[in-house]
Amino acid sequence: MEIEIREDNFKTEVLESKIPCLVDFWAEWCGPCKMIAPSLKEIAQEYKDKIKVCKINIDEASSIASSYGIMSIPTLMVFKDGSVQNSAVGALPKSDIVSLIKSYV
Amino acid sequence: MVDGNQLYDLLIIGAGPAGLTAAIYAGRSRLNTLVFESASNLSQAMLTDDIENYPGFPEGITGMELVEKFKTQAKNFSAKIMSKEVKKIEQADLEGKKVWAVYTDDGQVFKSLSVIIATGAKPKQLGVDGENLLRGKGVSYCATCDAAFFKNKKVVVVGGGDTAIEEALFLTRFASEVVVVHRRNKLRATKILQERALENKKISFLWESNLVSIEGKQKVEGVICENVNTKQKSSCKCDGVFIFVGYEPNTSFLKALLNADDSGYLIVNKKLETSSKGIFACGDCCQKHLKQVITACAEGALAYHYSFSYINEVKGIVYK
Repeated sequence: MEIEIREDNFKTEVLESKIPCLVDFWAEWCGPCKMIAPSLKEIAQEYKDKIKVCKINIDEASSIASSYGIMSIPTLMVFKDGSVQNSAVGALPKSDIVSLIKSYV
Repeated sequence: MVDGNQLYDLLIIGAGPAGLTAAIYAGRSRLNTLVFESASNLSQAMLTDDIENYPGFPEGITGMELVEKFKTQAKNFSAKIMSKEVKKIEQADLEGKKVWAVYTDDGQVFKSLSVIIATGAKPKQLGVDGENLLRGKGVSYCATCDAAFFKNKKVVVVGGGDTAIEEALFLTRFASEVVVVHRRNKLRATKILQERALENKKISFLWESNLVSIEGKQKVEGVICENVNTKQKSSCKCDGVFIFVGYEPNTSFLKALLNADDSGYLIVNKKLETSSKGIFACGDCCQKHLKQVITACAEGALAYHYSFSYINEVKGIVYK
């Protein structure tokens, strides 16, 4: 299951997470974001205890998006121990998303 | 789950207007059809904010909504759609029958009697300094995706065609100022779009100029343009650069298999047959003059039609 991140749970769910997080910055109106949603859902299941898949709606949590300098969506970021380890911009095939997280799971 | 060893009648590669129209028709003909949808090469229609020239929608419709409707319609007629990247197509042998084998990025193989290529095209890069480095840091190829990040900011749009001007207009909803950089002294875009852009107070034009580099370290800070006649360079501060300088077809994985022109557009005949028997192509990945949703749909229907005849021929079904 992917976890919805809001401004009030970003710190506890992402920054203080015991396992790495794959964070997806997305929005309702973004076509490419919709395209990668099924892959993220699958990854959330396949890597259940190894990585937490988190979704940040940039319209609802705009301050998080701007503090990480998001200027294009979808942007995917891998967080570990509170900091960004890896990131990618744009819609990617599932295999590319998996390689983004590979060395952290 | 779909069994990787089953034989499909038809595999459609691409889930834009062309591929989905073919899927609607194929579904109604009860062909066993599977559509591959690519996450990385998105339908350009899907990224279009407002489509106002597709008949039947007098109020206009967003590209995303329209493509979603196509998809629902295809599914209603039992076409299956899978999110996978196709890596390779090869001829294969199945119990003495010549079939096509389609390989996907997750290592699966799908076999079918016929294939329709509808992979579309993707925006071309400009190929200037700073472009790759600042992609997603102010450099964008999709205003509908990224415009909202440029509220009250100044952006540059490169290009003078329909897409460039549509996107420039869309950007004015957010940005405070939009500068269109175009290498010619007039626009190629459809007249109605030109009129809207020239009237729009937020839009200004830098004519006969090429964008030669994008400046900035962490994010876009400005661009350098060069006049095509005088070669004089000028700099322009901005927060975003939106690039719409044409398209390239998503056909590189087919190079060894199908005939294409120098730019990679697939060459098809009137029956939309490619150079390989049983493989048809339609939509923006083919050589053509007009890249529109309606032409893509029309070609999708035709590709289905000729593919269907081919499948019947292979199966030995004759309608008399």
